[in-house]
Amino acid sequence: MLLVALLVLAFGLAADLGPQFTAWPGSRADGDVFKILLGDSRKLFANEFFVKADAYYHSGFYPTIFDNNEAFKTAHMAEDTGAVSSSNHGEEENFMGPPRNWIDAFGRHFFPDRHTHLDQGGPGDDLSSSDEVREILPWLKLSTDLDPQNVQNYTVTAYWLRERMHKTDAAYQVLLEGLQQNPGSCEILFELGRLYAESDHDTNRALNVWSAAVRNWHPVKGSDDEVIANNFIDEKITTQLAETELDLAHPQLAIEWFEKAKLVSRTPASLQERIDKIRRETPATSAPPSAAAP
Amino acid sequence: MRNIIAVAGVVIKELYRRKDFYVLFIVTVLICLVMASVNIFNDDKIVRYLKELCLLLVLVSSLVIAISTTARQIPAERENRTLLPLLAKPLSRVQLLLGKFFGCWIACGLTLLCFYVFFGALSASREHHWPLLQYFQAGMLHWFALGIIVAMALLGSLVFAAPSSNSTICFVVVGGIMLVGRHLDKIALPLPEPVRSLTMAIYYAIPHLEFFDTRDLIIHNWPLIHWNYFGLAMLYALAYIAVFLTGASLVFRRHAVN
Repeated sequence: MLLVALLVLAFGLAADLGPQFTAWPGSRADGDVFKILLGDSRKLFANEFFVKADAYYHSGFYPTIFDNNEAFKTAHMAEDTGAVSSSNHGEEENFMGPPRNWIDAFGRHFFPDRHTHLDQGGPGDDLSSSDEVREILPWLKLSTDLDPQNVQNYTVTAYWLRERMHKTDAAYQVLLEGLQQNPGSCEILFELGRLYAESDHDTNRALNVWSAAVRNWHPVKGSDDEVIANNFIDEKITTQLAETELDLAHPQLAIEWFEKAKLVSRTPASLQERIDKIRRETPATSAPPSAAAP
Repeated sequence: MRNIIAVAGVVIKELYRRKDFYVLFIVTVLICLVMASVNIFNDDKIVRYLKELCLLLVLVSSLVIAISTTARQIPAERENRTLLPLLAKPLSRVQLLLGKFFGCWIACGLTLLCFYVFFGALSASREHHWPLLQYFQAGMLHWFALGIIVAMALLGSLVFAAPSSNSTICFVVVGGIMLVGRHLDKIALPLPEPVRSLTMAIYYAIPHLEFFDTRDLIIHNWPLIHWNYFGLAMLYALAYIAVFLTGASLVFRRHAVN
């Protein structure tokens, strides 16, 4: 009788507390195993796996925390997508410096010792194997699962899936997932526009997506690097819109987009030259070229 | 020589009669097979993450087998009171030490062979090629590194009080060498004297086990290590093995066996 009573009590408590626990904000019972196991500390690991992916991009030739990593501040696999501003300086080929002693000189024969990129053939310099960039994908996927709010994971993954592995559908799904986790992200919308333009050859759709990206862009206040990165993506989107409008024989629209790009660009003079060239080449829109920005 | 081979044979038999190797091997196989079943963008050619995981498990398992097997050799003989009868036979202390060393080292070699065959099969299932010479170099370097570790653990079993403390110290030392051994000279530069000189002395004195860790070369399909440097690494390992075994025999000579 006592056992039955205890079982009834346990069942009643579970039935009563279950819905309260599910509705509780601190509940982690949403099926995400990383969130349950690690909580917010999963974001610490996410960055490590993102760096690991870049190490794989370099076939293991990568600076440790004891080496000069000035040339690896921005992951090269992200920089090579053309959609990320680079903060790299210094020598990427020779971050270890010359051998310091005979032990160091001897030891360099037993680990990767040359700067290569997987999309350029890796250690074998075999351009036909540029699809070996696939090897970075598991680490990017893991990084994405651990930190869904890091938009670079989605854009880099989608770029390489589309560009080297010709898996446009998979790239599209990755970007959609990124937009679900990061609604209105300019970087993801830019990459999605590139997918439509370069892979699907659907220029109209690309223009719509890039326009949405521009509407979602806002200036940020923060560290210099954050401001530069934010302005960089706006410049990329607006220049891409300008180039596309130019290809569609809409020079006036192209000039308007270049003018907007000049506002955030670090090289406004080059954009002004571009505008002047368009005005010269399209008589209907000719106007005295404005003075180059200082 | 026959005495050394006899002692070594007993150690090898002990390895395959105990559960250590089988448990570690099965765990390695299971983990690798589970990770191999993960679907990553429907691409079945992605293999490097799997190779890295497998080689990491092989490294950890081989270290566990090498250190735990070696650390208990002499203490077990002493505990079972078989050490004195052994040495009462025409078996010198040096022969016993060498027998134990070669037994543990060959046992490690056999386990490495099993692990590397599995690794080769796993990577060939995706890459569809067998870089046998690269695997041979990696396996031999790994085996010689284990030789250094076995000799070090054997010396430790004569210096430290218990197998547990010996094992712990060996794991810490080996882990430290593999993680930061290559960088100790860089770490030493900004330090004040005399810590700087001490760190540099440690840098030059320790066996640089990181020479023998060629996982990155295997994972990322780098070309072969030049055979000259491969040979020099073998000689480097043999030199440290000789140093540790000499130290062990000197300590063992002054040890009471009862």
